[in-house]
Amino acid sequence: MSGADTRHPGLNLGQTDAGGHDAAEEVVFGFWVFLMSDMVLFAILFATYATMSTHGQAGGPAPLDLVDLGSALAETLLLLGSSFTFGMASLALKYREGRTRLVAWLALTFVLGAVFVGWEVHDVHVWITQDDAPPQRSGFLSAHYLLTATHGLHVAAGLLWMAVIAVQIGWFGLIREVKLRLMRLALFWHMLDIVWIGIFTFVFLYGAVR
Amino acid sequence: MLGALDWQAIVFVRAWRDPSASELIGAAAGGLAVTGALAAVVLLSVFRLWRPLWSGWLTSLDHKKIGIMYIVLSLVMLLRAVIEAALMRLHQLVAVGQGGPLSPEHFAQLFSTHGTIMIFFMAMPLLTGIINYVMPLQIGARDVSFPLLNAISLALTAAGAALVMVSLVIGRFSTGGWSGYATYTELAYSMGEGVDYWIWAVTLSSLGSTLSGLNFAVTIYKKRCPGMTLFRMPLFCWTTLCTSILMIFAMAPLTAATVMLALDRYAGFHFFTNDAGGNMMNYANLFWLFGHPEVYILILPAFGVYSEVFATFSGKTLYGYRALVFATMCIAVLSFTVWLHHFFTMGQSANINAVFGIATMTIGIPTGVKVYEWLMTMVRGRIRLTTPMLFAVTFLVTFVLGGLTGILLANPTIDFSVHNSLFLVAHFHNMLIPGLLFGMIAAVQVWFPKAFGFRLHEGWGVAGFVCWVAGFYLAFMPLYALGLMGAMRRTSQWARPEYGPWLAVALLGAVLVLGGVFCLAMQLFVSIRRRKELAVPVGDPWDGRTLEWACPAPPPEWNFTVIPKVASGDAFTVMKREGRAYEMPDDIEDIEMPANSAVAPVICVASVATGFAVTWHIWWLAVLGLAAGWGAVIARSFVLDTKRRIPAATLRASHAAWLDRLRRTVPVSRAGETDPRNDGLAEHGA
Amino acid sequence: MTDRPEGIPESEADRPAREFRRYVTGGVLSLALTLAAFGAVALRLVAGQGALVVLGLLALAQIVVQFRYFLHIDLQKSHRDDLQLILFTALIVGLMVGGTIWILFDQHTRM
Ligand code: HEM
Ligand SMILES: [Cu+2]
Repeated sequence: MSGADTRHPGLNLGQTDAGGHDAAEEVVFGFWVFLMSDMVLFAILFATYATMSTHGQAGGPAPLDLVDLGSALAETLLLLGSSFTFGMASLALKYREGRTRLVAWLALTFVLGAVFVGWEVHDVHVWITQDDAPPQRSGFLSAHYLLTATHGLHVAAGLLWMAVIAVQIGWFGLIREVKLRLMRLALFWHMLDIVWIGIFTFVFLYGAVR
Repeated sequence: MLGALDWQAIVFVRAWRDPSASELIGAAAGGLAVTGALAAVVLLSVFRLWRPLWSGWLTSLDHKKIGIMYIVLSLVMLLRAVIEAALMRLHQLVAVGQGGPLSPEHFAQLFSTHGTIMIFFMAMPLLTGIINYVMPLQIGARDVSFPLLNAISLALTAAGAALVMVSLVIGRFSTGGWSGYATYTELAYSMGEGVDYWIWAVTLSSLGSTLSGLNFAVTIYKKRCPGMTLFRMPLFCWTTLCTSILMIFAMAPLTAATVMLALDRYAGFHFFTNDAGGNMMNYANLFWLFGHPEVYILILPAFGVYSEVFATFSGKTLYGYRALVFATMCIAVLSFTVWLHHFFTMGQSANINAVFGIATMTIGIPTGVKVYEWLMTMVRGRIRLTTPMLFAVTFLVTFVLGGLTGILLANPTIDFSVHNSLFLVAHFHNMLIPGLLFGMIAAVQVWFPKAFGFRLHEGWGVAGFVCWVAGFYLAFMPLYALGLMGAMRRTSQWARPEYGPWLAVALLGAVLVLGGVFCLAMQLFVSIRRRKELAVPVGDPWDGRTLEWACPAPPPEWNFTVIPKVASGDAFTVMKREGRAYEMPDDIEDIEMPANSAVAPVICVASVATGFAVTWHIWWLAVLGLAAGWGAVIARSFVLDTKRRIPAATLRASHAAWLDRLRRTVPVSRAGETDPRNDGLAEHGA
Repeated sequence: MTDRPEGIPESEADRPAREFRRYVTGGVLSLALTLAAFGAVALRLVAGQGALVVLGLLALAQIVVQFRYFLHIDLQKSHRDDLQLILFTALIVGLMVGGTIWILFDQHTRM
């Protein structure tokens, strides 16, 4: 039971769909391995950021000049909120017969994610137009944009993926393939929030105090 | 419309306008590539092979076919890279004290393509192909975990290779070496398309390898047959697992480095530039964060192959299996702790150099353990010196030699005086040729009969062995001396006449290596002609010990009629000893195999188009290519019917036919292993 | 780590509620840690190198919380594979990030 029926990261289908639960083990594990590889990519970007934000300012803007704590907090809450709502969607997927709740939670997640991306785009706009801090200005800014944009692109890709799955929910219903995809998307989404913890901590908060 | 592309870019036009020796040689190479491609198209059309190629190979998701396609790709690339090597050798010899046939720029392209191809488009596809073919069979699986992903990995790798081939005809390749140091490849120092070709070719290959690693690791974790615990796996599977883990974790820094370099070059970022806060040293750091694990990605699978070869051709269980496993794991983890030894000379403090130098030397310990283990496997064995075993024994001696020079280089004070010299070039060829290429050639010799149902001709195999080994020693021992005399790598000509004799010997070696390639081609040709006589349909030509020998040669698409159950290591040996190897299973069921898919070929074409477009700044094509590739993936996610059912009756009939063939076969003792009597049924205990 | 002693079967009925509580706990803890970090900076409770340590620890705590409550990684036997993978990834990430920073900062001081 509880011990034996958790087979992979994320919410397990368990007894609510035994066949799907069996099928999930391999694909979810595979996706988990992919996420680990992706984490290494982010780690490299963080390490590069750590050095370039210190040595690569070239007389241009410093980390402090880009920080707007309010904006960073709003983005953080949006993404954390969306991670939570995706959790609710996962529960709906597991326990609810109908699709309504699932779709509602997914829609909410999508909106939060989309607002997050929009907010980031707005940030970039402010940095470039008001702070005169385009990525071409210094090594620090190059690293700053690459790190945040890689995360932003991941979130945007997650949104696209969510949209495709939404279409599939409508088209095929909650068949096993769709369920398994949703479970992987959930891992992806939670993972992006974890990466964001690193970003708001080291880029924004630490940027504000050093 | 065509971005930066114009007529001048085409190699033939360049040679027409400026018929210098260098350009003419370039045009000849381009001509060869074009002729080769055209010949392939004509032959496929004449023999009406397009359809079988498409439905039997390009769209197939069978791990065995994907593996073979990887190997074919790598052999084609090997041919090009070896020819380039011989050309470099010829040029350097002629150029002693005078101008040689090649312009310095052309010479630089040669070592860059040679290095890039050898690592990314020869070695990686070769070992990925062998793993693809062998590993699922060895763990008793019907396929890898993600067959479509497997095909996509191949598509990405092949697309990268195609970009390198295209650069032979349209434009020029990078002159920045296989490592593409940003001190040289930044836009300010390397204008033009060359570096961009390199960036996208390498990035594609790196993505492909990450996905392959993921696929193999998950397969080993989740698809082992019942009873096959991790510690009952053949050693080759263990080395595959470690290599896969390295692929999963080590390719990311490379991708990051090439993407940053691309941002610098295309968008004016400052990751590695000399001004505006860029940091060139970080490029070297990132590149070798990938680069050092990479050499273990290359070498570990060969270690696995040698382990199987020593055990099989000594007729003994592998000595010290567990120690070998732990040594492999140690090497895999340690390989993430030594990357700095590639840039001892870059200016960090001596303490850091010391730490990384010591870490580097530590790797010698598990490697040494392995060498003793292999030696002990041979002790008191009945050794059969067939081609793969010849390569394996030569490997032991040669690899130890290369390892010793590696220990020398691990000492920063010594490295300072030979860094970037031909001593280093000698060292890494001394590791990679025995530690990778010989292993993979041995693998081809061992598993070819399994894949195609007939053995490779032994005589040509031995001839190839002699050429390769003699060629290797002649080509690279002189480089140790030249390096100590002060000859630096990547140098197109020297004024010092005393280099001449050494370079002449090295050229002779390179020619012999070319002879080795020729012998292997002849071996293939002769074996195909005599395939009746060399046939081993029963599937166990070498008295094998592991599960891949427990099915016919070639194996059916589904590998095993029923998934085997094992209770020990050396599973097939035990089955034979207990008389259970060739039975009719009574629980045959319908199975499902992955149906063909056109997604991978679409992605391949889309990736070539995108890479080419980005290289030449043809933006509309880049967008189109990306859209096509991702579109194919998304469209595929709407296809639910991705499996093909194979009824139990088909399986039973196929199995019965095999058993029937077996009953008409005379078992052969090991003395008759290499003569026509060997039909693939081993006389056990003989 | 479950809320009940090993061996006593849970009732299937309260499982959804338990899993729901799990997400809520994760959400609340994450929110608290986030606000703590932002608060510490906004109220200037931390500065300089010390800030790096405090903020780093808060981030680490939140990462553990999210792994535990959102990704359901815990110390149960059946979960060991995933945990091992995470720990191995952490090791590699540590080596790469730590090494990079060590090397590049050292080089910088010597320029
Ligand atoms: C088979 C016979 C081979 C010959 C005769 C040969 C010859 C050469 C030569 C002449 C160079 C240029 C050295 C210089 O910079 O002055 C070179 C570089 C190199 N070779 Fe080979 N090679 C052979 C096989 C291989 C193999 C099997 C591999 C790898 C699997 C390999 C990988 C490389 C690499 C990475 C470089 C460095 C390229 C660079 O400088 O960026 N070679 N080789
Ligand atoms: Cu190394």
